[in-house]
Amino acid sequence: MTRFFQHVAMMAFIGAAGITLAAQKPDRSAPPRPAAPPALKLPPAQKSALSNGLAVWIIEQHEVPLVQVNLIVRAGSAADPAGTYGVARMTANMLDEGAGGKSALELADAVEFLGAELTTLSTFDYSAIRLSTPVAGLADALPLLRDVIASPAFPAEELERLRKERLTELLQARDDPATIIEIAFPRFVFGEKHRFGTVPGGGAADVKAMTLDDLRAFHRGFYRPENSVLLLVGDVTPAAVLPLLEQTLGRWKPGGPAAKATAPPSAPQLTRRQLYLVDKPGAAQSQIRIGWVGVPRSTPDYPTVQVLNTILGGSFTSRLNTNLRETHGYSYGAFSGFEARISPGAFFAGAGVQTDKTAEALKEFFNEFDSILRPIPADELDKARNYVALGFPAQFETNADLARKLEEQVVHSLPDDYFPSYIRAVVQVSGAGIEKAAQQYIQPERFAVVVVGDRKMIEAGIRALNLGPINVVTIDQLLGPM
Amino acid sequence: MKKRFSSVVIALVLVTVHVGAGGQAPEGRTRVSVPYTEFTLANGLHVILHRDPSVPVVAVNVWYHVGSGSEQPGRTGFAHLFEHLMFEGSKNVPEGAFDTWLEGAGASNNGSTSNDRTNYYIDLPSSALELALFLDSDRMGYLLDTMTPARVDGQRDVVKNERRQSYENRPYGQAFLKLIELLYPKGHPYSWPTIGSMEDLSAATRDDVAGFFKTYYAPNNASLVIAGDIDLAETRVLVEKWFAEIPSGPAVPPLAPPAAVLTDTKRHTLADRVQLPRLYLAWHTPAIYQPGDAAMDIAASLLTGGKNSRLYRRLVYDMQIAQDVSAFQQSQALGSVFLIIATARPGQTLEKIQAVIDDELGKLRASSPETREMTRTMNQLEANFYRSMERVSGKADGLNAYYTTTGMPDFFEEDLSRYRSLSADDIRSAINRYLPPDRRVELSIVPEGKQ
Repeated sequence: MTRFFQHVAMMAFIGAAGITLAAQKPDRSAPPRPAAPPALKLPPAQKSALSNGLAVWIIEQHEVPLVQVNLIVRAGSAADPAGTYGVARMTANMLDEGAGGKSALELADAVEFLGAELTTLSTFDYSAIRLSTPVAGLADALPLLRDVIASPAFPAEELERLRKERLTELLQARDDPATIIEIAFPRFVFGEKHRFGTVPGGGAADVKAMTLDDLRAFHRGFYRPENSVLLLVGDVTPAAVLPLLEQTLGRWKPGGPAAKATAPPSAPQLTRRQLYLVDKPGAAQSQIRIGWVGVPRSTPDYPTVQVLNTILGGSFTSRLNTNLRETHGYSYGAFSGFEARISPGAFFAGAGVQTDKTAEALKEFFNEFDSILRPIPADELDKARNYVALGFPAQFETNADLARKLEEQVVHSLPDDYFPSYIRAVVQVSGAGIEKAAQQYIQPERFAVVVVGDRKMIEAGIRALNLGPINVVTIDQLLGPM
Repeated sequence: MKKRFSSVVIALVLVTVHVGAGGQAPEGRTRVSVPYTEFTLANGLHVILHRDPSVPVVAVNVWYHVGSGSEQPGRTGFAHLFEHLMFEGSKNVPEGAFDTWLEGAGASNNGSTSNDRTNYYIDLPSSALELALFLDSDRMGYLLDTMTPARVDGQRDVVKNERRQSYENRPYGQAFLKLIELLYPKGHPYSWPTIGSMEDLSAATRDDVAGFFKTYYAPNNASLVIAGDIDLAETRVLVEKWFAEIPSGPAVPPLAPPAAVLTDTKRHTLADRVQLPRLYLAWHTPAIYQPGDAAMDIAASLLTGGKNSRLYRRLVYDMQIAQDVSAFQQSQALGSVFLIIATARPGQTLEKIQAVIDDELGKLRASSPETREMTRTMNQLEANFYRSMERVSGKADGLNAYYTTTGMPDFFEEDLSRYRSLSADDIRSAINRYLPPDRRVELSIVPEGKQ
């Protein structure tokens, strides 16, 4: 501390003497123009396979002595058995709760001792195990990874522990409007019967019903070398690392029949606008989500949709954020997005807005939905295309980032030259293309409008907007009785 | 206290790890180093440049050495409100253009305010570096030229909504506001929250903005780091071009409050709209980089880092009476705070949880941690240290943080050495000294109507 303050005092002294030395003033009449940006150059993935059929993709990155190892399993929550939603998520959570003769605590100790991090997860489309380790610990970490993937023990007491933890999470969800809206919005867009209408972890009834056999069946059916890809990014070479992989993951040879994961059918599209009001007494803000069924990740419109969304609510200067935050001050931030899944996810627009401006904020959302259907000014389109295209390389910064982009490539079967070609496609998105996409994907008269807030403060104002029929929903209806 | 709800980072450069000229790291390990050059403009602006050409991006990172701790009575939250105004335009940058021009260049940018400092960062393609320098210099030199009461009003509303979103509408959001009240005497720079009170936010004026700018936002109270794919000589010329004309301001006197101390245990219970009770235990601990600061980081990891950590294992894994438990050292310039936070499972009491915490702290006061848990913790800490340096923006902010507090931008190896040099006995004695059972804050948040 002392050093810092002495330093400041000294600088002030120099500064006082320095004013007369100031250089001639720069021309501030216009912002400096950036030079042409460099093209995205990605190191190639070196592809091979182990003797058991497990595909291996390696990208060498030698700047830091770390390596990221991700195993992708092509089955996620969308493959949950009907009636027991949450099995994929619980299976992933249970992988490192005991495996290969080690207990949950022994596994955690072994991983941490190496300075490694091991996470297991599932999304709707896939499950994954991500290992980040100092490269010096890789040879010791790979057998642990093999055990977790190939021979999880699924101990009964650990399932009971995680079951209680998840049920407590669902109890705590009732506290938080930001969590409640994440449960309510998909429910009303996709419906209770569609897999996307329930959160990936499942509801309380699902979690209570889940058995060890459910987890074992999911693991046996889907966690298989032929259904997986292993991604390595970091300070490794194929020549050195492939033999290590063969000795560990190459020996992963599950028995029994394979299951086939199929993406859920597209949810029926919404046909007329409806409102859903979830009462949260005392809420200082209302959480708003508006939208309907969007696009699949595979749509040829994907680059166009990304630019469209950037203009609407996908960046700080987007129309929704500018309107709700900068112009009106109703919110700390407004946004929109298209969920990128194999089957169509939701299009959503949303914000947390101060309670006494809920109706006013809703009105502004619909003003922006109407406005986005009209031709986009050329400079606004330029800005959005550049923002997406020039900012895209940032998604490839670290080993973990690169591995995540490879996950996307695997899960959505994207070609090897996809990412550079995506940038080219973004740059070529036209105003006409945006207009067409907006007409197709932004139809405000058919949106579900979901609000979690203090009903007694906001209902009258919302009704006065005459947006459509209002369904009043209780938290118990969403989350089940306590 | 961020300007916006999510921050995006945009660079592709990785950390440089090499055997530095300054000496070998212990045990033949590679010395961690981020090579830099530095210079000071005549107006007092300190500039630090780091070249890493591995990818064509650059991070521009400015720290102003003022945080909420310097706020005046009746104006809590002002440093953060001011941060918001720094994005609203300046003499040669129309309102809205700051973000519009940067987005058009593929940049991301944000800022944050703490008790001690305010930082601003722009991450962008290296071909657009000069745009960032123009924008940052224009707001450093000419913010007030176009500042209007309407701009202050606009961001006042945004910040009030930030407060609603992050504190009032968030479960347990009141806890941190109450904790600082209990920890610090009235008038201490850390006794009010960075977000400020609604009343004080309402009171802030355009005149306050002018006064704050003139007092704290002069170049001699700032430091600028540029890291990434840059040419050092050219960048220096550009920095001179855009920043040299900005006049320096008066020296800013350091804050020097009397140290905050607790002489006994302060207990408080607060009701909130939550399902489960949550316990907060808080102690005053040594300031950032002072002896004891690193030991507290290690103590936090021993207590709640991972399944085998002492508190997680007992409360969450074995007894299953807590839904979660976390501990951390919040390192700050005028004195740090060590916190332990635990949420009860349904049907469990905070008394029972607190008894287990005290039991485990008692064990660590009586006997040193075991070799394996020390090694496990150190290995984790070291790997996390490298991971935090993977992004060029992380290195830029690190250089500025180290410079601000120690005067040495490349303090990475020294920082890591603070941890490596500690023994198990050092941790035990630090816990004895800094985490006493009878001088702390005990705050309970309980479900409304169930007190």
